[in-house]
Amino acid sequence: MPLNRAFIGRSATSKEPFEVTRNDIRRFANAIGDGNPAYHDPEAAKALGHRDLVAPPTFLISATLGEGGGGFIGDPELGLNYAMVVHGEERFDFHRPVYAGDVLTSTTTIADIRDAGRNELMTLVTEVSSNGEKVATATNTIVSRGTAAPKEA
Amino acid sequence: MPALSEVEVGTELPAREFNLQRMNLVQYAGASGDFNPIHWNERIATAVGLPNVIAHGMLTMATTGRVVTDWAGDPGRVVSYGVRFSAPVVVPDDDKGATLTVAGVVEEKNDDGTVVVGLTATVDGQKVLMGAKAVVRLG
Repeated sequence: MPLNRAFIGRSATSKEPFEVTRNDIRRFANAIGDGNPAYHDPEAAKALGHRDLVAPPTFLISATLGEGGGGFIGDPELGLNYAMVVHGEERFDFHRPVYAGDVLTSTTTIADIRDAGRNELMTLVTEVSSNGEKVATATNTIVSRGTAAPKEA
Repeated sequence: MPALSEVEVGTELPAREFNLQRMNLVQYAGASGDFNPIHWNERIATAVGLPNVIAHGMLTMATTGRVVTDWAGDPGRVVSYGVRFSAPVVVPDDDKGATLTVAGVVEEKNDDGTVVVGLTATVDGQKVLMGAKAVVRLG
């Protein structure tokens, strides 16, 4: 079943802010096996000129999935079968690093849904801010495998 | 952190190998909130046409990015980071898992004190990322 193209251009803002704790950052850093002191030791982060623990560059994925991603992926009206999804592209552009203590709000827009052979590609653009300050833009393209509408011969 | 004056186009970052096993995928699922069963359930992964359980693309991206953040020292200096996922990283349920080999090279040096690092990530010689680039502020 092809994705519902009526979703192109839709936008949604996270209902609950994503509060970034020191432990969230440490848990994520541990999951990627990264012992960088700036992720674990607030004094080390401050010595580098940061206000608190720095989040790894890809940490924002945890704030831009699910509800933080506008809740689109789980919306039955979109028609996405998550088991058929693989990741196509991801990009983060930072205005500043993510810090422990940030209270992140995300606004996600479905920028595009298009065919690529038998697959469909959906691009979501998420603007992330903390207390009104722009933090980063995440651009996520997912691949819905084998769901493109059959082409006419 | 490397001094901007000592970095030139062509400067190579220290290459690294990273081992990924099922345990790492489960831990990453919990930390990231991405519980897609293709990253931990072999029955579902093979039912949807994958060769086996595959790593989260974001785990591959994060692991690859360590070459840049370790080199920069300060991960807060990463201005942007983007990748395309070109092949899945298959992680069999054995004692070996998958070994990701990552290399990086400075491709551009900009007047604003940033450098562009191009990254390659391979498993068994196959590229699993394409167009992987990080912009790092050194100056």
